[in-house]
Amino acid sequence: MNPVAQTGLVLSTGEGVLFWVLAPLAVIGALWLLFSRRTVHIAASIAGVMIALAIFYTALEAPFLGVAQVVVYTGAVMMLFLFVIMLVGVDSSESLVETLAGQRWIAVLGGIGLVVLVVGIVVGAKLPDGVGLAQANADTNPVGVARLIFGEFVFSFELTGALLITAALGALILTHRQRLSKRIGQRELADAKLAAFGQGGSSETITVTPSPGVYARHNSADSPALDAFGEPVQSSVPTVLRIRGQEAGVDQLDADRVATIAARGDMKEIDG
Amino acid sequence: MSLVNYLVLSGILFSIGAVTVLVRRNAIVAFMGVELMLNAANLTFVTFARMHGELQGQVIAFFVMVVAATEVVIGLAIIVSIFRTRGSASIDDVNLLKS
Repeated sequence: MNPVAQTGLVLSTGEGVLFWVLAPLAVIGALWLLFSRRTVHIAASIAGVMIALAIFYTALEAPFLGVAQVVVYTGAVMMLFLFVIMLVGVDSSESLVETLAGQRWIAVLGGIGLVVLVVGIVVGAKLPDGVGLAQANADTNPVGVARLIFGEFVFSFELTGALLITAALGALILTHRQRLSKRIGQRELADAKLAAFGQGGSSETITVTPSPGVYARHNSADSPALDAFGEPVQSSVPTVLRIRGQEAGVDQLDADRVATIAARGDMKEIDG
Repeated sequence: MSLVNYLVLSGILFSIGAVTVLVRRNAIVAFMGVELMLNAANLTFVTFARMHGELQGQVIAFFVMVVAATEVVIGLAIIVSIFRTRGSASIDDVNLLKS
């Protein structure tokens, strides 16, 4: 018989220090959920809380769960959250309009009430003295857990497999997008352009538009290409740069080019 | 220092998760609140497993973890598909059934 099991569980000072260092960090990380405006920061802090919980599990003589927590939660679940934040948009701001009047304060009050209630019950309850898992973990913790999972709980474990497959299929179906129109590939696009040109369209439809910097004196993406007459072709600058207003203006061009464009203008005036 | 400390921490984390679900409008953040609540429940299971010297609590926590993982997959798929059709990840915008 293990002496620890007879005398009850005595927690070491080291575990106390570990708890009092990590527990405030975990609570602060969790409070980030309530007070942070940026979703990515929240996801990162919750990943930190998950790691703190994994350390707690290891301290609570559950090393298997500690490793599973890191792999499943910080590794898979929180990264999945980050991927979805990437899809939905990082800057999706939250509206501060309250749909239900006073809901926020009622919720906070209810939360405080819940803390008081749970802590009061836990502290006031007459809990048995800790036994510790020294005996149950005699053949190492993963072996002990595996004996239960593949023995007593084997049916639940099988059901879990069915659940995982259903969830994977469900996620595929939920995010599947049905194509409403026929797919326009390279072949169809070329045919359509040639057909438009054949019906008297301009030749610009079948030629390639110049890329930024072609024929210009700079080769950076923000400086527009020059056409055969020396005029800048605005459509050659990437759309993103044009929307952001980051394309090079005339004032950023070198003196030669300004002179060229000015000369073109003069010639036009003379022509006119 | 006793095992009760872990239970108190678990209660605090659970309440923070619950308030998050009630207060935050962003569906993703509210969902993270649900995850925090599940984790707090897991901490309670593991603590009681140690208190009673039985491994059953750890096995249940393991099953909770698996179910939470599937729940995240489905929940996030729903959030993404709603975002595609409605263009918003805010919980308040999903009010089509409101008269």
